[in-house]
Parts: sequence; C-alpha cells; structure tokens
Amino acid sequence: MSQPGKSMSIIVTKGTLDWGYPPLILASTAASMDLNVTLFFTFYGLALLKKKLDLKVTTLGNEAMEMPMMGMHMAMPNLLAALPGAPSLTTAMMKDLIKKKGVASIEDLRDACMDIGVRMIACQMTMDLFEYKPSDMIDGIEYAGAATYIETATQCDINLFI
Amino acid sequence: MSTVLDVKGLNCPLPILRTKKAIKDIAVDSVLEVIATDPGSVKDMEAFCKQTGNELLESKDGGGTFTFKIKRKA
Repeated sequence: MSQPGKSMSIIVTKGTLDWGYPPLILASTAASMDLNVTLFFTFYGLALLKKKLDLKVTTLGNEAMEMPMMGMHMAMPNLLAALPGAPSLTTAMMKDLIKKKGVASIEDLRDACMDIGVRMIACQMTMDLFEYKPSDMIDGIEYAGAATYIETATQCDINLFI
Repeated sequence: MSTVLDVKGLNCPLPILRTKKAIKDIAVDSVLEVIATDPGSVKDMEAFCKQTGNELLESKDGGGTFTFKIKRKA
C-alpha cells in the first residue's frame, strides 16, 4: 500500500565528489517514491548548489579509500596524496569510474532533484560566512536558517545528517 | 501492449528515477516493462512499488538482465 504524506529531510554538510552522492541519491529516490523531501545545505554542502560544480575527492586522510586498478585495489599513501596534483588525479580517476559503472553524475542527480520537486534550502549564515552570493548558486532554491530547518524536521518521518 | 523502459547499464538510483518518470507517462492500469542490469534493482523495484502503491506484476532474473512488469495504480 502506498503511504501518502511521508516526508524526509537531510542536512547536507559535505561538498566533495564522494560525499555529494548520498544526500542527492536519497533525496531523488525518496521524491521518486512520493515523499516530500527537503535538503538543507550548510557549510561545505553549499558547494553542491553552486552554478558551476567543481567537486573534488582526495585520498588524503582517508585510509579506507582504495581505487580498483588492474584487478587489484590501490591505496595512496598520505604523503603522496598531499602532493600538488594528487587530488586532481584522484578526482579524474573517480569521474572515470563513475562514467564506466553507469553511476549518475552529481549534476544529473541535482537536476533530477530539482525536476521532481525536492525543496532545497541554502543556509543563509554559511552563505554570509563564506561570502557566497545568490548569483553564485543555482536558481530555484530558498535561503533560510536553523529555525526553518527545525520547523520542517518536526514534520518529517525521516531526518538525516550527512 | 506495454511500454518498455531500457535502463541497462545504469546504476542506483537511476533505474528507479527513470521508472518513476516513465510510469507517470502511462495510463492508470497499464503496464510498464523495465529492463535493468543493476542487481540491486531487484529489491529496489519491490520497495519502490510497495511505497508508491504501484503493482509489481513480475520480477524476472534472466541471468544478468532483470525484467520487471509494473502496473500503474494511482
């Protein structure tokens, strides 16, 4: 049976190429399953709302990150990962994998969220803190603060922090 | 006649997102046939139908290719 009126909110705090995925996957999927979805982007999560996305991923300080390579899994020592150019290399490898495995791009998932009516709120305080202007961000989003999030969250069945 | 949606090669959550889009375009009580290669879509299609109230008439594993028949309800 369908369960009408279910809803979900997610606080989105991370803006790297890997951590951008969970909130956008969950939001687009939940909205496809008829949930009302609100995303509240704060701190580094704001990077996901920029008109021009330039997300990166690094293995630096992430010991669990291995890349499939030539039938094995390769990790990069922190000392190498700290070198200039290393994050760009890791990002290029990740984007290549994403393409090869039929995984949606962050842009596609964000578009899907917009199309299907996911409510997106940018944290006004972090906009000010990091000196972002609404013109830096995509259209169709709201700007609000903690009280707006809390009021929304009290009415949601699922509330996540990512 | 049923509408066919080919999501072969696409990974989570794209099969579900495409299915939602396609099911909106067919008439109530008609059937959407989805062909996928994502093994995760077997459980996910079940969950999707359960939540949205559409009826999963058939879920077939053709050895690496999965076929679903979904009847639009609401």
